[in-house]
Amino acid sequence: MSTSLNNRARPRTRASRRENTLSPLSGALLNAAFLIVSLACLMPVVLVILVSFTHGDAILKNGYSFWPEQFSLIAYTSIFKDYGTVAGGYAVSIGVTIAGTALSVVLMALFAYPISRGDYPYRHAFTFFLFFTMLFNGGVVSRYLVYTQLLGLKDQYMALILPLLIVPFNVIIMRTFFQTTIHPALIESARIDGAGELRIFFRIVLPLSLPVMATMALFSTINYWNDWFNALLFITSEHKYPLQYLMMRVLNDVQYLRSNVELAAQNPELLRDLPNESLQMAMAVVGMGPILIVYPFFQKYFVKGLTVGAIKG
Amino acid sequence: MSQAMHRLWKYRYLTLMLLPTTIVIILHSYLPMFGVFIAFKNINYIDGIWRSPWVGLDNFDFLFSSGSLVRITRNTILYSLVFMVVNLVASVAFAVGVNELRKRWLARGYQSLIILPHFLSMVVVSYLVYAFLHPEHGFVNATVLRWLGEDAIYWYTEKGYWPYILVLVNAWKGVGIGAVIYIAAIAGIDPEYYEAAVIDGASKWKQTIHITLPSIQAIIIIMTILSMGSIFNADFGLFYQVPQDSGALYPVTDVVDTYVYRSLMKMNDIGMSSAAALVQSVVGFIMVILTNWTVRRINPEQALF
Repeated sequence: MSTSLNNRARPRTRASRRENTLSPLSGALLNAAFLIVSLACLMPVVLVILVSFTHGDAILKNGYSFWPEQFSLIAYTSIFKDYGTVAGGYAVSIGVTIAGTALSVVLMALFAYPISRGDYPYRHAFTFFLFFTMLFNGGVVSRYLVYTQLLGLKDQYMALILPLLIVPFNVIIMRTFFQTTIHPALIESARIDGAGELRIFFRIVLPLSLPVMATMALFSTINYWNDWFNALLFITSEHKYPLQYLMMRVLNDVQYLRSNVELAAQNPELLRDLPNESLQMAMAVVGMGPILIVYPFFQKYFVKGLTVGAIKG
Repeated sequence: MSQAMHRLWKYRYLTLMLLPTTIVIILHSYLPMFGVFIAFKNINYIDGIWRSPWVGLDNFDFLFSSGSLVRITRNTILYSLVFMVVNLVASVAFAVGVNELRKRWLARGYQSLIILPHFLSMVVVSYLVYAFLHPEHGFVNATVLRWLGEDAIYWYTEKGYWPYILVLVNAWKGVGIGAVIYIAAIAGIDPEYYEAAVIDGASKWKQTIHITLPSIQAIIIIMTILSMGSIFNADFGLFYQVPQDSGALYPVTDVVDTYVYRSLMKMNDIGMSSAAALVQSVVGFIMVILTNWTVRRINPEQALF
């Protein structure tokens, strides 16, 4: 866990690199290059945020611009007034994310722990059982038919939760964490004291594994929050759309009407009800909002989790 | 025999703990594996999955002869290869550069910004792209091209630009997160190498070429080979949602994943889509096995299995 990038880099900076730095000119050039790249990563997000606060008239005149002429909150007021669906989408996304993340972390830990135990006789069989799913999968069509025909998950929230529950690679990371952090003697002594397997797991192993649990919860939260593909496959009723899928539908419907001029001409009311340009961008802001707000706090842990996973055991 | 029973009984709680997850894995992963037989059937909803007639390799014949397979295979593999090279070069360059920054808070700041796109869903990304490429109001048409005095370009119907747009969007989303692992690897290089190089008068460039790159060579090779394993898988969101499923762009945006989706959901052609999906799964399987075999030959430590 101590592979924090900055911690590792620091001693070198102090001790030996003092005379081994870039010339001021190269340093400035390098910084300029990084500044440009970083801005390139940020600017699209900024553009969308600015446009969402721009008045429709200014958009018609100048297009989407980084210098909004007329400030307006109308997109947001109409989203939250007329678009009860957006609030609904939020509710679905939040519910699915919370339920999915909780279930996912518990289920992965319950699987990772036994296969981490050196004395568990079936650990190789179960590890392979898990691992094989990383090698071969039935493909999306087969999964679609199993979900809809066999499991009856068409238009069920469960169809959004089940696919992302078990990430095999993350289970392997958890197993490695248990193997390297929980000393077998600890489990042995607990058993001598009369603790059963379940008690050992919940009272000793889990509390010692909070860092890896937190990392997995983070991975899982992002997965669920950003998922829209499963909604695209399985969800049909509008009130069950998660937020990301709702956003997708809005954009595609607009696009569809635009490209079908005849359809629009026959049904002028369709075009009138079309969310206007700033409203679409406000949708995007609403969709990425939670991520942008918590991003500064979690990205450090995410990076840490990634490097833990990279050093495979 | 009784010893086996005894063992089973002794570890019953651990097995019980495994059980719920095992059921989830069976439902989600193993049932669809057995479901691949539908690729050899002519599924219709009246007869259902079980009673629909077997048609042997007809679905595959159709897939091969329709010419779609050539197009989607070419697109999928070419994009995968280009993505791999572009993202690798950019990620390594970023990692090497970040390591040269003396102000750590700046390095952290740049890194935070450049991995931000990774956390945005493809739907959000498609909105961002749309904000730039919107035919009337998009930033490119309304501002950039207007300044340059050029005519507006109808991005969503001009397929010539999309290979570049897709590569750019993919790099924008993936380079930062890809760099993380190289940054960690570079941070792990023994500083004494650099000290010795400075004494010998090696320039920064020479140090990069002769110390940094060789030191992370192993991890670069591993990462590259690992991505070879998924060469026949495309990011559905990137190819479907970012070009907004625009029909005019299919020649350059249609990949296996979008093709399978479209034949399944839009054309209701279960036979064809399941055949394509099975081809993808089998190629994926072979690639992963080959990949792992190659990794094992280079460095057994890094092999997945």
